Amino acid sequence: MSALAIEERPLSPLRLGLIRFAANKTALGSAAVILAFIVIALAAPLIAPHDPAEADLFRRLQPPAWAEGGEWGFLLGCDGLGRDILSRLIWGARVSLLVAGLVIAIAAAIGTLAGLAAGYLRGWTDTLISRLVDTLLGFPYLVFAIGLMAMMGPGLHNIVLALVYKEWVFTCRVVRGETLAAREQDYVEAARAVGCRPARIMLREILPNVLSPVLVVATFRMAYVIIMEASLSFLGLGVQPPTPSWGSMVADGRDFLVDAWWVSTVPGLAILALVLSINLASQGLRDAFDPRLHTS
Amino acid sequence: MTATRLAERLAQLLPVLFGVSLIVFLMITLTPGDPVEIMLADQRATDEQAAALRRDLGLDRPLVERFLVFLGNAVRGDFGISFFHRRPVWDVIAERLPATIELTLVALIVAILVAIPLGVMAAVKRDSWIDRALSAASLFGVSLPGFWFGILLILLFAVEFRLLPVGGRIGFAHEVPRETGFLLIDTLLAGDLSAFGNAIAHLVLPAITLGLPTAALLARVVRSAMAEVLASDYVLFAEAKGLTRRRVLLRHALKNALIPAVTVTAIETGSLLGGNMIVETVFGWPGLGRLVVESIFARNYPLVQAAVLLYAVTYVLLNFIADLLYTALNPKVRL
Repeated sequence: MSALAIEERPLSPLRLGLIRFAANKTALGSAAVILAFIVIALAAPLIAPHDPAEADLFRRLQPPAWAEGGEWGFLLGCDGLGRDILSRLIWGARVSLLVAGLVIAIAAAIGTLAGLAAGYLRGWTDTLISRLVDTLLGFPYLVFAIGLMAMMGPGLHNIVLALVYKEWVFTCRVVRGETLAAREQDYVEAARAVGCRPARIMLREILPNVLSPVLVVATFRMAYVIIMEASLSFLGLGVQPPTPSWGSMVADGRDFLVDAWWVSTVPGLAILALVLSINLASQGLRDAFDPRLHTS
Repeated sequence: MTATRLAERLAQLLPVLFGVSLIVFLMITLTPGDPVEIMLADQRATDEQAAALRRDLGLDRPLVERFLVFLGNAVRGDFGISFFHRRPVWDVIAERLPATIELTLVALIVAILVAIPLGVMAAVKRDSWIDRALSAASLFGVSLPGFWFGILLILLFAVEFRLLPVGGRIGFAHEVPRETGFLLIDTLLAGDLSAFGNAIAHLVLPAITLGLPTAALLARVVRSAMAEVLASDYVLFAEAKGLTRRRVLLRHALKNALIPAVTVTAIETGSLLGGNMIVETVFGWPGLGRLVVESIFARNYPLVQAAVLLYAVTYVLLNFIADLLYTALNPKVRL
């Protein structure tokens, strides 16, 4: 951007935040790891060395390549049905990222709209939404998700629904708080004074100003959602076989702990790496965008 | 705390409890699929039998009436019959409850014993290696999937080093008469010290799996509260009076720094309830969490519904207690 442009227009908070984020090496590195996971998930059919569902009983519990009895064609070894763990890991990234992405996107949209409505309109809208939020917060997350999955049955579609039902609450609370504060600001007052309708004020005036906290909340909640999906899959309530998911891969390995440590260990490491990167990146985002949320 | 304030808090509590019950009721009612059909899926039942079951479950009544009946029954602890066990749901739950409470309490003790010393040390030696290690550990604590952590512990301590049992509550060799259902108490009542030791050995790994992530969180709370207190005037004054560092830390600073820790502990106890389902599944722990997971696969809906309600009500009450404790302990909030 030229110097002239800066003089004409100050940097937007979003751009300013991104510049600060880019200066944080840990955060940037974590973002790169997340990006790598996304690329792997997208390119799964191209880069997975084997069919993730193809069983080969001759390769049952074959160790990783570096261990005795392993071979380089099956880098991370094979599971109890002789399926290639690396290929399942690569395909499993799709489930984790797809569920987390969908849940966070839908929950952020619902939560933002509900938070704007509650914070700006006040009155019975606020009472209704706040009561619902309080009630949903009355459930331990996993208990709520398990209860819903038990009733709806397993499957990708239902996991997304079960998690969205609770997840929007976290965005809603933050947006409501921000909106309550914004409501008293001069620019909102001005918009009201010139006769803008509530919908316009909420969406055109207030919304752009609450987007950075929404972004921050969305990233750190995403880490949590990935663990939730993995936990549900671990319990057998997630996506159903033959679709590989990291949580169910860990569960599969439980029967072979004595003979084959790698079957459970490897997919867990993948979850840890992804969730840790998201948490680090979200810490970076928080520091870059919202000094008030800074936790040290 | 004044009586009006307490009444006010109670008045906030009731709508939440009502809402939670409504959601639990709707969970089973509004979800697609006919519960009767699902329950009878594996059995060859005639239409009459299905209709009879529907009538028994009250599924032919209007929704509002069914909710009121559900609410009335729930208050009296009547959750219907567990088809799978052919006994009242509440009896089945009550039988499994001590195992879960025992595990949760021990996990909580683990969390507190680890968190308080670590948090205090990190606050006293700010930016030292211990402080940095703590923030790294708490980041790991929130990033670690609990089920995987448990499996790693099993691999290491049960499979590799053979120090601790893989799962269960007690070895088959021990027979302990059931008095309270809490094995640590029952073994002592029976005067069977080897069974007591065996029960402890079975508790170690599940309690660590459940407790350590909580410890990471709690330690951070203690650290920041302690750091704040240490920077306050009265600590400076106590030091200026010439009191020993130890006395200032333990008698003056820690007492106040623990206020937020108590609150967080109460809230986290509620979160441990959810973690229980995972940990009990990993370690084959015969508690409520595992019962719920088993019941889901057995399509034992009345039990799942009752357990989810029980978890939620406990969680809400723990949050309520946390709130009360915070107000009661902290003179600054007293209005």
